[in-house]
Amino acid sequence: MISFVALVSGIIFGLGLAVSGMTDTAKVQGFLDLFGNWVPDLMFVMGGALIVSVIAYQISKKQIKPILRNAFDLPQNKAIDQKLITGSVIFGMGWGLYGLCPGPALTHVLSQDGLFFVVAMLVGMLVSFQIKKFI
Amino acid sequence: MNAFFLPLLGGMIIGVSTLILLLVNGKVAGISTIFWNFCTSKSMESTLFIIGLPLGALIAYSILGVSQPTLPGNTSLILLSGFLVGFGVNRGSGCTSGHGVCGIGRFSIRSIVATLCFMASGIVTVALFGVNP
Repeated sequence: MISFVALVSGIIFGLGLAVSGMTDTAKVQGFLDLFGNWVPDLMFVMGGALIVSVIAYQISKKQIKPILRNAFDLPQNKAIDQKLITGSVIFGMGWGLYGLCPGPALTHVLSQDGLFFVVAMLVGMLVSFQIKKFI
Repeated sequence: MNAFFLPLLGGMIIGVSTLILLLVNGKVAGISTIFWNFCTSKSMESTLFIIGLPLGALIAYSILGVSQPTLPGNTSLILLSGFLVGFGVNRGSGCTSGHGVCGIGRFSIRSIVATLCFMASGIVTVALFGVNP
């Protein structure tokens, strides 16, 4: 049942990405092109997603446990450290350079270019994972 | 119907997905973390969520008639950008969904800082290198 819910929620997530325009690199770069031809559309994606996500979290605080598990599995790390900052800055560089973040990239995985992106992304994750052990 | 309707609707659909995953399975819908779990632990839950992403997009394009964007073909740029995205989200423990939607939705200061960093960095990168032709 947990796996089925994961599949359904993955499908809904992918549907939302496509409907919102997040899978279109031109729209994403247009949104980031604040000092050029700024396209504000994608601001509404985050706005719409946040409205529902805030409600979801408020409901979860009143639930004793999620429906199918005995406890919520929420990130506990609160540290604002150099890894968070440098990692997010590097992610933003990659995002701006081509216009894809991980979710939209995965919706494109059936195309050759999308697959290239996802494989490069995995390589980047593995390299970072090794480097994180030292710095 | 104006230019903001579909982005707003799509955003709310993304929100519904995070709501279901949180309230039913108790998990955060952070794509980079779920993808990492899919690659490293191959849990059924993360595998099916990841398979759902292209399926959902396919439904939008083929059944709902949303126009399907094609990726600009520039292989070296794709590989460089993909590498930086993967490196960055792993190091920063999250991406647009995990920090930007779920984290900010929980009013996590850590996620707000991360989101400001990748937004600012994305804006500077586009200002410096321009958009895809």
